[in-house]
Amino acid sequence: MADVATQPGQGAETSTRPGFVQRLFLHNITAKVAALPMIATVLVIFVGCTAWTIYYSFTNSRLLPRNDFVGFDQYVRLFGTNRWNISITNLLMYGSMSLVLTLTLGFLLAVLMDQKIRFESAFRTIMLYPFALSFIVTGLVWQWIMNPTLGLQGTMRNLGWTGFTFDWISNPRMVLFALLIAGLWQGVGFCMVLMLAGLRGVDEEIWKAARVDGIPTWRTYISVVLPMMRGVLVTSVVIIGSGIVRLYDLVVALTNGGPGISSEVPAKYVYDYMFGGGNIGQGLAASTMMLVTVMIIMVPWAYLEFGGKGRR
Amino acid sequence: MKKFTVVAAMATALLGSTSAFAAELEVTHWWTSAGEAAAIAEFAKVFEEETGNTWVDSALAGSGTGANPVIISRIIGGNPMGATQMNTGRDAEELIQAGLMRDLTDIVADLDIDSFYVDQSLLEPCRYEGGLYCLPINIHSWDWLWLSTAAYEKIGQPVPTNWNEYVASWPALQEADILPFALGSGWPINGIPGVLMAGIGGTDLVLQVNRDKSGDAVRGPEFRKVAEAMDQLRSVVSPETMVPSFGDAGNQLLTGEAAGNIHGDWLQGDLQIAGGVPGEDYECLPALGLGTQLTGGGDSFYFPVLPEGTDPAVIEAQEQLARILISPDAQLKFNLVKGSMPIRTDIDLSGANACMTKALGLLENGLLPSGDFSLSSDTQKQLEDLNLEFIADDNITVDDYVERYASIIEQAD
Repeated sequence: MADVATQPGQGAETSTRPGFVQRLFLHNITAKVAALPMIATVLVIFVGCTAWTIYYSFTNSRLLPRNDFVGFDQYVRLFGTNRWNISITNLLMYGSMSLVLTLTLGFLLAVLMDQKIRFESAFRTIMLYPFALSFIVTGLVWQWIMNPTLGLQGTMRNLGWTGFTFDWISNPRMVLFALLIAGLWQGVGFCMVLMLAGLRGVDEEIWKAARVDGIPTWRTYISVVLPMMRGVLVTSVVIIGSGIVRLYDLVVALTNGGPGISSEVPAKYVYDYMFGGGNIGQGLAASTMMLVTVMIIMVPWAYLEFGGKGRR
Repeated sequence: MKKFTVVAAMATALLGSTSAFAAELEVTHWWTSAGEAAAIAEFAKVFEEETGNTWVDSALAGSGTGANPVIISRIIGGNPMGATQMNTGRDAEELIQAGLMRDLTDIVADLDIDSFYVDQSLLEPCRYEGGLYCLPINIHSWDWLWLSTAAYEKIGQPVPTNWNEYVASWPALQEADILPFALGSGWPINGIPGVLMAGIGGTDLVLQVNRDKSGDAVRGPEFRKVAEAMDQLRSVVSPETMVPSFGDAGNQLLTGEAAGNIHGDWLQGDLQIAGGVPGEDYECLPALGLGTQLTGGGDSFYFPVLPEGTDPAVIEAQEQLARILISPDAQLKFNLVKGSMPIRTDIDLSGANACMTKALGLLENGLLPSGDFSLSSDTQKQLEDLNLEFIADDNITVDDYVERYASIIEQAD
């Protein structure tokens, strides 16, 4: 907080001195009072609910929460369940592909937009439009397009191209790519807009300097502009990443986990067992594992980003 | 409670107030399809005519997976409805144990319900520590093999009279480009092992697996036949041929695009709305034409305990509704529209169609406990996942299937 930052290194000494408590509570009291609702929200809603979730994942609660502890039983069952393991693999596959492709395509589109083209705002609107649709609508639209008998495949075959095959949505090995297409269609436009804002934030003088030095445009983008966009990149990664982890509605609308269970994702497992199966313990164990997954990614990143104050 | 009063107040405003002492009773259910909505309207009509109270209809979409969580969270969250429909079985078990449902013992004491319920096992899930907490109002059964007359006309064979003949006809059907087995994607697969178990495996197997939860019975020779039948089904079903819902599978039967389907008796509602006539457009084989008993569940009505300070007229309306639901008059009107079997047979069922008459005949042999009935929703969900995976993935062997089925049954509580 402000008082700590302005007097670095004094924390250890002051804590032994009398008056520390008063200082802790009374110094800059208006700011502290103003922050109270936020602190309370964080403690109760984020920390509190997370603790509740983890606590009850060690019980055998069914429809109602119960304090009947069973140790790691819920976790043993979770990792012995084929559907959960498939869900995790799917999320990793979908997540890595989606993250890389969204960033790459988003950046490429932003670069194209950046060439001072005509009707830029019209293109920008078109590209961003899918983002205004919910995942449910996106999923339904693509379900119709990719439906083998009604969609693209059926249309092409009716037009006379009888060998045309596009049945990814009913093919267990390809269904993840069907999800990916719909996910990219929805998400790339937003990533593009973020990147475009980043590109526009780069000073014109830098471009002039690069031109004077005779650096090719593509090289300037990759070696000079991209590193300068670090803030925008981090924002994009966080937004795309959180979208991936909570992937649920797209799957429900597009495939509902099928064919079989080949496109299941962890969030759907949590919902299905908590509400459909009436098994809170199992659902909470699964959501705790989702939290752990996020932590494994976020903690090292946060450490690198915010840790080691001395560097700054 | 706030929501309840608001809903009630709105209903009054809309309908115009009836008599000064009439109460509004909110009833939740998930009967949203055309036939189902018409059936529940029969209950509402009888209730309003006989008591002068108002039936506030809260239909919830999404049946067992969509509506059930809403109903449960409203009751747990202290915002109970006046009455609600749920499946007969274990879905409300914990609500009853937590004391959130009303004990109906005294309300129906003078009706002597033991004497007219066609099968006492229906009432078992409702009983807890000597109390009676719900009233089953119909019997639904999964155990039906539906066959398309049109499909068998095309290949010039008589319509099969049991499962074995049906399986034997598959090659001829496939040659004629007819889908041997129609299947809706998602949950419809879930009832099929139970049907095969009752038809092919027999009464003992059903009792050992569903009631006694014996893993050894699953690993035994009888269940193996069931798993092999599932394997046969898998060979003629593929994700490309699956249709979005069970109703679409019914349509495939009527047009002769597909030859057969295993699905519960509620499919018949859809077949009839689409203009199908039993015996002419489709045939029905209860218990696959092999068994003599049906596995059964159905729907029950529950009456949540209303919070203190509720208008006594509403509480009285709950009692009146409870008695009306199982009265001969309401039972007859409701079940003829719904296509389900009534819970009492001391009524005139001459209006029943050919399929329902067959079912009523089998009902006399007693009901077997279905999976819906005796397994917790958690276990059902696990079995559903297994079945979905097995049907879609040919790499899972019959042995794997049996072993995984057995371990789920062994862990069931």
